[in-house]
Amino acid sequence: MSNVPNILTRPEFEASEIGKAVTSDVARKLTLFERISDMHSVRKLTILVLLVALWELYTRWSEVSPLILPRFSSTAYALYLAVAGEQLLIMVWNSVTVLIAGYIIGLVIATILTTAATTTRFGSDILSTLTAMLNPLPAIALLPLALLWFGLGADAIIFTLLHSVIWPVALNAHVGFMSVSETQRMVGRNYGLKGLIYVGKLLIPAAFPQILMGLKIGWAYAWRTLIAAELVFGGSISDTTETSGGLGWFIFANQMDLQIPHVFAGLFMVILVGVFVENVIFNFIENRTVRRWGMQAR
Amino acid sequence: MSTSSTRKKDSLPELVIRPEFELSDIEQAQTGDVARKLSLVERIWNINGVRKAVILLTLVAAWQAYTVGLDVEPLMLPRFTISFVALYEALFHGDLIYKIWFSVKVLLIGYGAGLALSAVLILWATANRFGSDFISMATAMFNPLPAIALLPLAMLWFGLGTASLVFVLIHSVLWAVALSTHNGFENVSQTLRMIGRNYGLHGIRYVAKILVPAALPSILAGMKIGWAFAWRTLIGAELVFGASSGSGGLGWFIFESSQNLETEGVFAGLFAVILIGIVVENVVFRNVELKTVNRWGMQS
Amino acid sequence: MAKTQNSAAGGKPAAETIEPILNVDGVTLQYKTKEHLITATYRVGFDVFPADRFVLLGPSGCGKSTLLKGIAGYMKPVEGAIRLKGREISDPGPDRVMVFQEFDQLLPWKTVKQNITFALRNGKKTDNAAEADDIAMEYINKVKLTGFADTYPHMLSGGMKQRVAIARGMAMEPDVLLMDEPFAALDALTRLQMQKELLQLWEDTHFTVLFVTHSIEEALIVGSRILVLSPHPGQVKAELNAHHLNHDNVGQKGFADVQQRIHDMLFADRILEDEIQAADRA
Repeated sequence: MSNVPNILTRPEFEASEIGKAVTSDVARKLTLFERISDMHSVRKLTILVLLVALWELYTRWSEVSPLILPRFSSTAYALYLAVAGEQLLIMVWNSVTVLIAGYIIGLVIATILTTAATTTRFGSDILSTLTAMLNPLPAIALLPLALLWFGLGADAIIFTLLHSVIWPVALNAHVGFMSVSETQRMVGRNYGLKGLIYVGKLLIPAAFPQILMGLKIGWAYAWRTLIAAELVFGGSISDTTETSGGLGWFIFANQMDLQIPHVFAGLFMVILVGVFVENVIFNFIENRTVRRWGMQAR
Repeated sequence: MSTSSTRKKDSLPELVIRPEFELSDIEQAQTGDVARKLSLVERIWNINGVRKAVILLTLVAAWQAYTVGLDVEPLMLPRFTISFVALYEALFHGDLIYKIWFSVKVLLIGYGAGLALSAVLILWATANRFGSDFISMATAMFNPLPAIALLPLAMLWFGLGTASLVFVLIHSVLWAVALSTHNGFENVSQTLRMIGRNYGLHGIRYVAKILVPAALPSILAGMKIGWAFAWRTLIGAELVFGASSGSGGLGWFIFESSQNLETEGVFAGLFAVILIGIVVENVVFRNVELKTVNRWGMQS
Repeated sequence: MAKTQNSAAGGKPAAETIEPILNVDGVTLQYKTKEHLITATYRVGFDVFPADRFVLLGPSGCGKSTLLKGIAGYMKPVEGAIRLKGREISDPGPDRVMVFQEFDQLLPWKTVKQNITFALRNGKKTDNAAEADDIAMEYINKVKLTGFADTYPHMLSGGMKQRVAIARGMAMEPDVLLMDEPFAALDALTRLQMQKELLQLWEDTHFTVLFVTHSIEEALIVGSRILVLSPHPGQVKAELNAHHLNHDNVGQKGFADVQQRIHDMLFADRILEDEIQAADRA
């Protein structure tokens, strides 16, 4: 015990008056350069420009065959031509209208399924059995059946789109509803919310992060399915007139004609539509809702 | 009830003071039911598997009854029994099993390569800010691009064959995994980071021992999405170009059956696709989750 | 509330001349877990009078929170009856507003003010948006959150969230305010502050509150009347007066004596409750 250090008792003190802190740097503004280089958009734009420059320089110096990798400039020109003269925008519109039709009908069916699943245990069992079976089934695999049942045309594509939207949306919404906290449910009932009002004013906002995630996954699957289906269609119907096909068909047809800059132009368009939906539409919804409410799912 | 602000102080209800009491001995609760076990029937019905099996059997029976009862044209919708026999025949007397193996092999190569590439990208992103910016730029651009759209280019660059398939599979896995891993790393709590550095972890060991386990829920979510995209891309690619490449997998089997108007073969192929999907999602990923994030109480 | 208070005006009324606002009569409550059927309370009875700060006190497992849920109308008694102003309770309703322990009782998609107006308008307190706004601001001022009316809950500290929940409950002017361990998740200093503020608010309007806690000290400070419950299943052990005790008495002889008395009551025949809980968690 003797070599254990003992408590050293010191006199107490209390500061009667606290001195002013003198460094002027308690909160300094960052310099202009620091702030500009902190802006994500600026840094990302720089990277984008660098990549494009690299591409252009590589294709110019290495004399790579334009059939393998066209120059950026000729791709950009092809995109301009396609948009201005060859009605690429109409084809994009063809794709998007089919996509929207499939997505909305899918949402309606998913809503019915989720309602059944949330109100009754039997419905919940049906939903989980169906999703467990059908969610892992790529929608595109149903296209041969859809062609058989609905013939060549928008109906067959919409059928496969439905399949790609319904399961992820219904599954996520159901999980969202199920995981609304018991406390929030009790609060809602405490203030007399019942039936549809209870669902609309309490359950849906409380489950919104999950619902939104389902909507995003559903969109991603539908977009992929649509492009793939149009590529398949390209193979099945070669006599489609130019403006009646969609974006996938544009890519397919130009690849067949070895118009590689146009293939790239089509890919750019696919990226543009995708970036627009994910980074503009969904981001806008997220900023207005779950992010403002501090509810974003991790 | 009037609003509180208008209420006078002297009209407030007063406390009602009443005598205290204490019970010296409490009567024994008589129900005998303080904690009763639920009955056998209650517990069997509570087993999810039982209820789901019942539903599945009902659906199959409905399919069979519909096709038999209405005498539906087998070209449009073959009976369940016929489709099931077709699956059995194709598996044990046909070459379906090889086609499945062909698809799975390509998938594994593509998935593995995609994971490896995204690991490299992620390491670069954790090491410096330029890498991090590059990842968020590239994922924002390429994640919305369906991998299958690259197939025409891939065939141009790599020709008809496995290499093209692997290329598009890599594309479908890489960005989904990189995106959610990157997000996962960025959301690792400051506390855990400080703990890691407190115990002297640096560089690759810091990533492997702190960041990866802490971000595992996100990483797993990314791997699941990556798998889902890859599986969809593979089946789609085989459907589109199976015809041109000749030696096809599962997607090609479905395509071939539909071209030959053997609808029961299409259903047999779909059954196989569903089975593989269920095995991967409900057995492989489920077990990984049970062993890790669920056991650690970290599931998101 | 108005009628009883008129007859009671002037002088201290005797218990017989005044009706209890809430009457719990031989109530047994049960609930199911995955494996078991649990009896939470067994034939519990008590009366709550207007202006009471009535505390349900007991160790975990005595069914006090379950009892509060029964009074709120979330559970039906297996036997016995719960009556509010003589009318039997069957459903949850805005005449009995509940303040929970959990911070997520505030709706995260509504601002502080919207949380209160949401309650006022859905609880049929008022249909007029401007009036709801006024009432909400009045109570936000009362709990000293004037500057945070348009803030979303995730930006608030735990103590502030509980203040909003209390303001939301009081704005409804319920017959009885039900508080389920509202300060249990707060740090010690904040909890002390909140207890003082609650008593201050009570001084203003003498609202009736039913308060659940497992802290003997909190029960004595906050409560005017304390119902002591024994665990497994919850049964009435005693009913004590604490209207004469508050923060100033903490540490004094009288306070410590009552504290010791309740402590002995609760732990004299303590049963180990961990088995059932562990079994349910597994």
